[in-house]
Amino acid sequence: MTFFFQNVINALQWGSLYALIALGYSMVYGVLLLFNFAHGDVFMVGAYIGFFIATGLLALSSSGVLVLSNTMILVLTILFAMLLNSFVGILVERVGYRPLRNAPRASAAITGLMIGIILETSNLALLGASRLSFPELITTSTYEVAGVVLTNKKIVIVVVSLLLMIALHQFVQRSKWGMAMRAMAFDFAVVPLMGVPLNAIAALTFGLGSALAAAAGVFYGTAYPVLDPYMGITFGWKAFVAAILGGRGSILGAALAGFLLGFIEIFVATIFPSTLRDLIAYSIILAILVYRPHGFFGEAHTAQLRL
Amino acid sequence: MTKISGNSSKTGAGIAQLFSRVLQPYKYTPIISWLLGGLVAVIIEQFVGLSLARALGMYKIPALFGILFILDKPLLFTGALLYNILIYVIPITVVARLTKFLGNRLAAWLLTIPHIVSIVVHLGLLYTILHIWSEVSDYRLLVARLILIAIIVTLSLNVINGYMGEFSCSHPGFIALGAYATSVFTIVLFVDDNLFGPALLPISFGFLFFPIGLIIGGFVAALGAIIVAVPSFRTRGDYLAIISLAFMFIVKSLLENLEWVGGPRGMGSQPDWANLPTVFFWAVIAVWVINNFVKSTLGKALNAVRDDETAASAMTVDTRKTKMTAFLFGAFWAGIAGGLFAHVIRYVNPGTFGLTMLAEDLAMVYFGGLNSVVGSIVGAVSINLLSEALRPLEIYKWIVIPLMLILVMVFRPTGLISFREFDVMKLIEPKQEPKE
Repeated sequence: MTFFFQNVINALQWGSLYALIALGYSMVYGVLLLFNFAHGDVFMVGAYIGFFIATGLLALSSSGVLVLSNTMILVLTILFAMLLNSFVGILVERVGYRPLRNAPRASAAITGLMIGIILETSNLALLGASRLSFPELITTSTYEVAGVVLTNKKIVIVVVSLLLMIALHQFVQRSKWGMAMRAMAFDFAVVPLMGVPLNAIAALTFGLGSALAAAAGVFYGTAYPVLDPYMGITFGWKAFVAAILGGRGSILGAALAGFLLGFIEIFVATIFPSTLRDLIAYSIILAILVYRPHGFFGEAHTAQLRL
Repeated sequence: MTKISGNSSKTGAGIAQLFSRVLQPYKYTPIISWLLGGLVAVIIEQFVGLSLARALGMYKIPALFGILFILDKPLLFTGALLYNILIYVIPITVVARLTKFLGNRLAAWLLTIPHIVSIVVHLGLLYTILHIWSEVSDYRLLVARLILIAIIVTLSLNVINGYMGEFSCSHPGFIALGAYATSVFTIVLFVDDNLFGPALLPISFGFLFFPIGLIIGGFVAALGAIIVAVPSFRTRGDYLAIISLAFMFIVKSLLENLEWVGGPRGMGSQPDWANLPTVFFWAVIAVWVINNFVKSTLGKALNAVRDDETAASAMTVDTRKTKMTAFLFGAFWAGIAGGLFAHVIRYVNPGTFGLTMLAEDLAMVYFGGLNSVVGSIVGAVSINLLSEALRPLEIYKWIVIPLMLILVMVFRPTGLISFREFDVMKLIEPKQEPKE
């Protein structure tokens, strides 16, 4: 039983990262009906931004220019990474998606894919292929509750991720901008005629998603302190699948599917040889999608590719 | 050729007039004259290429039109340009101009006997050019074969993504299935290998069995396609894209876990059977069959399903059968391409068939143009040539090519040459000057 709960804790941490990234995919997909294929790499960029802010702040505080505790640095890193990465997301929207607003959606998917490749390659070209290790901002302390080992990192990651998701949910449900986003998701063609600024909403959607991805990137760096340029492909793409599994534009669905993916992966890796992880995870996803083609919370609408 | 003069007429009037006067004779030059020009050019290169290249300051014949040299040493730009003009541009244009009347007469005469003769003559000329061109270096030979395989891949992906309008991401999976199935077939039967033990048949039988192996690879890939095709009955567009993506990851992960095909280490020592004639033959067959497929009733049914599934169904199109056929057909050719690819590289490992390959395949299809056989050929050739030619840029290559593709998507969202029918007869018929 302890074994089970231990893995539940691990899966919660792993899944909360997936869920944060999946939310970004899901929002863009819900509002603009677009695959944001670049989102995985935006997550990677967010992690790197977090890395540079964290190392910069650490250097400043150790040289005595600023007096900051490590917790303070972590908070600032998350906030600034989210802020800066939202600009990256807005830039991606401006360059890759806005010119193709009226083009076939498959073409926009291609530009997204290409922007992803450009982000990766620029990273490789600027920083080289070596992996970076994220500075350790929280010293790990472990607690044992009834045989289950908890670390403070895990608690922070899961709790803050959940808080971010709740905040996003509140924003989308309660605020005027959130209402505009939901209206846009409801009818992409008519709502702009009612005076809702399409471009601003699109930018907001990309910005919010990228901010969450940056948070996920910083958490990823905190939990598994290795960053490499391909983490967007290896990790981000799975979150993409989770987003679709949750259903079109459903925040709850994306979060749940992210956690589900985390659970599947962690449990497969503990029970079977870990090389089977992808195989079994994707097979389960395929089975779910064949049985429920529109995901958990998606409506069974006929999505037409406008060609 | 009409296109060139059509474009130039929009620019300054004087230049346009000059252009149209220069290009006027070429407007009615049949394709056979251009092929003869190409033949002369590659023969000239064979004989004087090396000495000319040395005279122009290069130490060997520029493999891909000198772009490799230019990026390495920018000062060689004039030399490479001069080389291209002297070896390619001048012989091709001059010979094409000189043999215009002869070519037209020949093309007209060839059409009086069974048309297949004319097609074979044209293809034979094309093959000869390719053969002589690629004899200069092994690198050219490799590039030529990879481009021909890329044409098959692009065409087969275009059947699903362009003609049927699904966004299928499973193509690397199909290619992987074909590559592995063919490799297992040939290695088990003909190669002493530490994975499968000694050869069962002498290797001299190989040429007879290689097509069988390729077709087996195609069928295995088609079998895999059923997994993607069946969900496509219920859902379309976005969700099918995810299903196909999951399929791709499943195939890659499965191959990584199958120890008897080498696992993540991959599988080597495929016999060297995918030489230029073989690959050329299969590419021609692929173009021919796929072109006929998309022009057939079934191909038109694909377009109908893409544009409006409900309406197509009301017009007695069996949408399930159509989708199933398109997926199986596309996957079959992807499998064949995979088998050829495995025997060109002579090594396969699961890592090859990942997201990078998906990005390349999608790039070729969307760059060249959806719903178009010519577009697919153009896309495959240009993306491959670019990615080979830009090799000296090393990593920046993967910034230049995506940027270019983004530009193409922004200005021509369905690709360069999209929604065009490919008519072979129109291509090979003589171009008569209108009598005034």
